[in-house]
Amino acid sequence: MYVAVKGGERAINNAHKLLAEQRRGDTDIAEIETDQIEQQLSLSVTRVMAEGSLYDRDLAALAIKQARGDLIEAIFLMRAYRTTLPRFAFSKPIKTAEMDVSRRISATFKDLPGGQILGPTFDYTHRLLDFTLMANGEAPTEAPSGAQPVDENMPRVLDDILNYEGLIQDEPVPVDENAPVADLTREPVKFPAGRDLRLQNLSRGDEGFVLALGYSTQRGYANSHAFVGEIRYGTVSVEIEPEELGFAIDIGDIELTECETVNKFKGSKTKLPQFTRGYGLVFGQNERKAISMALVDRAMRANEMGEQIMGPAQDSEFVMEHSDNVQSTGFVEHIKLPHYVDFQGELELVRRMRAEVEERLAKSDAENGTSQPEAAE
Amino acid sequence: MTAHPAQNARTDQNRNADTHTDPQIAARQKWMAVLARTSRARLETQWSENHSSESWTHLREPQIGMVMVRGRAGGAGQRFNLGEMTVTRCAVTLADGTVGHSYVKGRDRIQAQYAALFDAVMLRDGSASDFIDTLAAEQAAAKRDHARKVAATKVDFFTLVRGEDE
Repeated sequence: MYVAVKGGERAINNAHKLLAEQRRGDTDIAEIETDQIEQQLSLSVTRVMAEGSLYDRDLAALAIKQARGDLIEAIFLMRAYRTTLPRFAFSKPIKTAEMDVSRRISATFKDLPGGQILGPTFDYTHRLLDFTLMANGEAPTEAPSGAQPVDENMPRVLDDILNYEGLIQDEPVPVDENAPVADLTREPVKFPAGRDLRLQNLSRGDEGFVLALGYSTQRGYANSHAFVGEIRYGTVSVEIEPEELGFAIDIGDIELTECETVNKFKGSKTKLPQFTRGYGLVFGQNERKAISMALVDRAMRANEMGEQIMGPAQDSEFVMEHSDNVQSTGFVEHIKLPHYVDFQGELELVRRMRAEVEERLAKSDAENGTSQPEAAE
Repeated sequence: MTAHPAQNARTDQNRNADTHTDPQIAARQKWMAVLARTSRARLETQWSENHSSESWTHLREPQIGMVMVRGRAGGAGQRFNLGEMTVTRCAVTLADGTVGHSYVKGRDRIQAQYAALFDAVMLRDGSASDFIDTLAAEQAAAKRDHARKVAATKVDFFTLVRGEDE
């Protein structure tokens, strides 16, 4: 139990001033601007938006600066800020099929309509430090252009290609399209959790945690061998239908990464076997997270698929209760805060227990009339 | 291996919007989408150079809030809440009573205010239509330029030629 403490205001103020000074670092070095962070550390920015569960690049850049680059602290700042804002609307479901792709690859089909589009990727780099970035700065370069823009109508591997042959299960759509959608920011999470709640939880879950769980499914702590059917990264427009207007309007674009996995078959004596699906969707460019999310989404569908639970990634309650890094860090780190009263209680208890044992030993010694045993015995 | 032909032909940069059947509303959807993607500086300059004589009032002061973005499992299945985005909205009334609205991504109140003003002007007499057309063309060109750079990263397994210009 944490009991509130008073006092220490001056020390706290001074600690925060010291923090600000350390954040700034050597004043002979130019201060970093938030728009530099927004532009040049854009993958940190997208992680903070995804796990902060608030898409706003400028705010994420500010949070990263304020948190001295500690991304979980920055995510915490985003979460705190979002509680101050009213929610105007829910968007219409975004259409990832109509994404303006900057990257689109499939690991299942080499030659597919629309092609393998590498886009801005670290894949196939040699992972050697590029000292020119340190020495001369980055040379201004312009990426080459193709004669034609990339296809606007990029077919989807799972829906348009695999499902065309009926080889993969359909995504179930509820009969009532207007049925309520679970929202963990408004209601407490209850188990068993529906797929809507699981996907929301995973999308804002800690990248490292979701990655580790995804990895665990590949190492045998779930039995859902996955292929990456398709990854796409790019922009989609967001539409809302404000009541005062009565029609849908497009309010701007957001960047998303989507991953669809193709997993092992499900079928029965009477049903044709089909591939199954896992789905990952996250704000920004982050395919590590999107792939991991799809692996864990598929693992958490174990009950629905009638599979035996054999690993933590299949246990929705375990996954969802531990995926949130703001919650996790809050509880883990709170034990460093003053627990003086709590600990005082523990101290008294252990002293009393020791006294009782000592008293009992002294009594039995006296009764047996023996001397203290030698240390060597 | 056969792929479905794509369902919907999409031609302009606002192709994601569910275009309304009423042509007037469809036109308004288009300019609102264009305005939502235009910087505050651009809108502000255009307004002060061409529309500064307008008298108008706030019907609703610019307000920052959020929209919960929804996705669908597998892209087409069950809906779920993906996460929120910041949005600013504003409503203005022109001297003749025309009301303009805006909802724009981000937290720029001034951008939202000018987007609402241009919406009102467009509704009243379309007197910013050249400006809107210019913006729409610029946005489409920027999008196309980016899509061409992306296309240069397309892997061609057959010919081993990368980049159609080479």
